[in-house]
Amino acid sequence: MEQRSHLYGVMGEFETAKQLLHAAAKVRDAGYRNMDAYAPFPVEGLSEALGLRRSLVPLVTLLGGLGGGLTGFGFQYWVNVFAYPMNVAGRPLNSWPAFIPVTFELTVLGAATFAVFGMLAMNKLPHPYHPVFNVERFARASTDRFFICIEATDPKFSATESARFLQSLQAVNVTEVIEDGPLESGHA
Amino acid sequence: MSVAQPPIDSPEIPVLGPGHTYESVTEQISSAVLTRPTTLGWFAGFAVAFSVLGMLTVAVGWLIIKGVGIWAINIPIGWGFAIVNFVWWIGIGHAGTLISAILYLLNQQWRTSINRFAEAMTLFAVACAGLFPLIHTGRPWMAYYMFPYPSTMGVWPQFRSPLIWDVFAVSTYGTVSLLFWFVGLIPDLATLRDRAAVSWKQKTFGLLAMGWRGSARHWHRYQSAYLLLAGLATPLVLSVHTVVSFDFSIAIVPGWHTTIFPPYFVAGAIYSGFAMVLTIAIPLRKFYHFEDFITMRHLENMAKVMLATGLIVAYGYFFEFFMSLYSGQKFDVFLVHQRLHGPYSPFYYALILCNILTPQLLWLRRVRTNPTILFLMSIVVNIGMWLERFVIVVISLTRDFMPSAWGRYSPTVWDWATFIGTLGLFTTLIYLFVRVLPAISIAEMRELIAHEEDHE
Repeated sequence: MEQRSHLYGVMGEFETAKQLLHAAAKVRDAGYRNMDAYAPFPVEGLSEALGLRRSLVPLVTLLGGLGGGLTGFGFQYWVNVFAYPMNVAGRPLNSWPAFIPVTFELTVLGAATFAVFGMLAMNKLPHPYHPVFNVERFARASTDRFFICIEATDPKFSATESARFLQSLQAVNVTEVIEDGPLESGHA
Repeated sequence: MSVAQPPIDSPEIPVLGPGHTYESVTEQISSAVLTRPTTLGWFAGFAVAFSVLGMLTVAVGWLIIKGVGIWAINIPIGWGFAIVNFVWWIGIGHAGTLISAILYLLNQQWRTSINRFAEAMTLFAVACAGLFPLIHTGRPWMAYYMFPYPSTMGVWPQFRSPLIWDVFAVSTYGTVSLLFWFVGLIPDLATLRDRAAVSWKQKTFGLLAMGWRGSARHWHRYQSAYLLLAGLATPLVLSVHTVVSFDFSIAIVPGWHTTIFPPYFVAGAIYSGFAMVLTIAIPLRKFYHFEDFITMRHLENMAKVMLATGLIVAYGYFFEFFMSLYSGQKFDVFLVHQRLHGPYSPFYYALILCNILTPQLLWLRRVRTNPTILFLMSIVVNIGMWLERFVIVVISLTRDFMPSAWGRYSPTVWDWATFIGTLGLFTTLIYLFVRVLPAISIAEMRELIAHEEDHE
């Protein structure tokens, strides 16, 4: 088992959202790029502190909405004009005002499903296993603790230097994150 | 620590009790699911609800065997209880979406502790609502005819009909409500996964949480998606009851063919929905000791929304009458007369009493801050809104244009069994929900605490 495991990164634990924000900005200022922060709720300003790019979710949602709406209207048009033309009291086959409610509903349906599944896909969820879960104290990331993980893939990464850096940012606990390793390697 | 001070945007009662931390809210809400033993009271309530659900099973089973003839529907009253109950249930669902979407967009913090179970209420109400048109078709196994699919008959649905719009509106509403609810649940499912002590609970919640780890990158997209869903659900919820009102207002039946129906239906839906949220919230906060999370401020605000939407509904009733009389159309004038003096006039007066007169007590702060009176009032409004749909469906259909087409309608025991049965279905689902999932959004409560700390 031991030979398969390797270092995923080093992780610092913080007690408050403010400390996390401060630390995230510092880590970024220090030139680290491959890193992530973990919080039990969305912390205001954290995305900016980490320098995250604008999310693509709105674009995907727009595409879903347009797709849903165009499909909805196009389909009703096709049914009423080509597939099953029915003359009701001489009204035009393309009686478009009557197609609006279904078009609207399908626009919302398309946008909402794209928003949700687009968000999950871009977040690469479901993703039941992740190295950060190997850190025992990380269970508190879903309750009251905040974490920053500097990943080993970062060009500036050094197991000792990065850990010391996190320590200097008032992390209450700094841990190595081991990938694919047995659970006992969670403390360092 | 000065957490005990009320947050700055509420001069009176805070939205969260004093002294709470991330850990304490997480513990209190998740323990209701994870560690608190299932009480005898829960079992007793669940047993009652489940037996009533059993009655629904029998009623629907018998309906499938015998057909809709076991109901009181006839010609001219083809709609009867099925549609009355459908409109009533779907209306109740609307408050959940209003709380979770519209109040979110308006940045109303007091929505935080009530949105989760209000959304659950929406889902369960839509499930109850959807059942009625389905079984009202008479042959529910043929219900797929309503969806556009390439059939060998070469027949397609009539997209100019409000009844088909309804199929799309209600199924979209159900789907989007489910997505919204589930997205809100993901972080809480992760919390439950991390706090569960038993392996099967860890695995179940772990599976549902899909590996959520609270990553900042994830939250970034998550918040974006949640905001967009709120923005999408807002026009959606308005459109659903609008489309439901089209089922009536596009017909030329007297009392139905009016342009005031869409706004008046939407207001009525929110009115009944808030009444149902109160009906659930008041016992929930009492039995699970959530008084710190669902404070008097929540109850009072909901009472205010009820009062406001109730007044819009009253305005709707008034203008319905005014326009009928002002139009001088003899069928419309006759319908007004029938509502006030016809065979179903007691229902109309009961409706005015429940929906317009009683809720005026809500002007008094003492009433708004008394949970017992509010609970009773919410039941009265629920009954009133049911009567409204009964009055709309039955009085208009029994008093059509030609006296030869007039009729009478009196529900059979199977009508009642089906209606009361859906109350059992709804209550059963609520009981299961509060037992297996966090009834209050834990992640949003933590956000609320962070927000309050920031403003100290």
